[in-house]
Amino acid sequence: MDIAIETVSIIAAAIAVSFGAIMPAFAEGRALAAAMDAIARQPEAAGTISRTLFVGLAMIETMAIYCLVIALLLLYANPFVG
Amino acid sequence: MNANPLLPDTLFHLGPVPIGRAVVTTWVIMAALALFLPWALRNPSMKPGAVQAVLEIVVTTIARQLREILGRDPWPFMPLLGSLFIYLCLANLAAVFPGASPPTGHIETPAALALVVFLSVHVFGISSRGARRYLRHYLEPSPLLLPLNVLSELTRTFSLMIRLFGNMMSHEFVIAILVFLAGFLLPVPFLLLGIMIGIIQAYIFTVLSAVYIAAAVGAVEA
Repeated sequence: MDIAIETVSIIAAAIAVSFGAIMPAFAEGRALAAAMDAIARQPEAAGTISRTLFVGLAMIETMAIYCLVIALLLLYANPFVG
Repeated sequence: MNANPLLPDTLFHLGPVPIGRAVVTTWVIMAALALFLPWALRNPSMKPGAVQAVLEIVVTTIARQLREILGRDPWPFMPLLGSLFIYLCLANLAAVFPGASPPTGHIETPAALALVVFLSVHVFGISSRGARRYLRHYLEPSPLLLPLNVLSELTRTFSLMIRLFGNMMSHEFVIAILVFLAGFLLPVPFLLLGIMIGIIQAYIFTVLSAVYIAAAVGAVEA
């Protein structure tokens, strides 16, 4: 029974990380492209744009980090495995 | 690869309290700052020497960045945000030294820092706007949104904690896996990447704290 739970946990962790990486990567790519576009149009605003970009990227990246934390919890601190 | 990244590695016990490697690293950073800064500034002069000039550049750069974010005089917030940034930089870069483990890579330190930010947001907000006006901003734009405002207050503190912890811990973990797989020289580029990640995370933590404080004390009133 324990083996089954561990197997399912490992598969779930892999799924969580992989799907949790797809959309944030996509979103970060879009945000970066938009910021590059804005800097190319208005190079004098580069400071403000890149600061906002960093904060925004950190916000987006948090979603991927949440998935990673869930995966690590499943692997190392699983409440259903003795 | 059996090391659990969610548990601290205990070095020794101080009475009943286990002292982890990260706590010792924190103490070393605190001692280094507390000894180095008074020594470097023991007789400040109008024509600064090299060390004083570097420290002044660091402080004025932080103050200038904060002024852009806060849109007001940054000096009331410098003791909190400036020391937060400097401490986080040193703590995140502690991974470079062999034997030290970055305190931010374990859940306790980010949790404590996020709690400090969470409380100081309210303190700054109440002291600059008054309790009634500060509390009323939870009822804006409509009293129906009160639960959502309170919820966002809690989740953003939580995400502040998890972001720092997750980034530093996952990076430490990646290095451990690389050392396990390839051993020599391959982890070096990743260590360099880690320096960048550490400084960016320190910057992001400070900027987000500044943004939260700016929202609490009210936008540009100068």
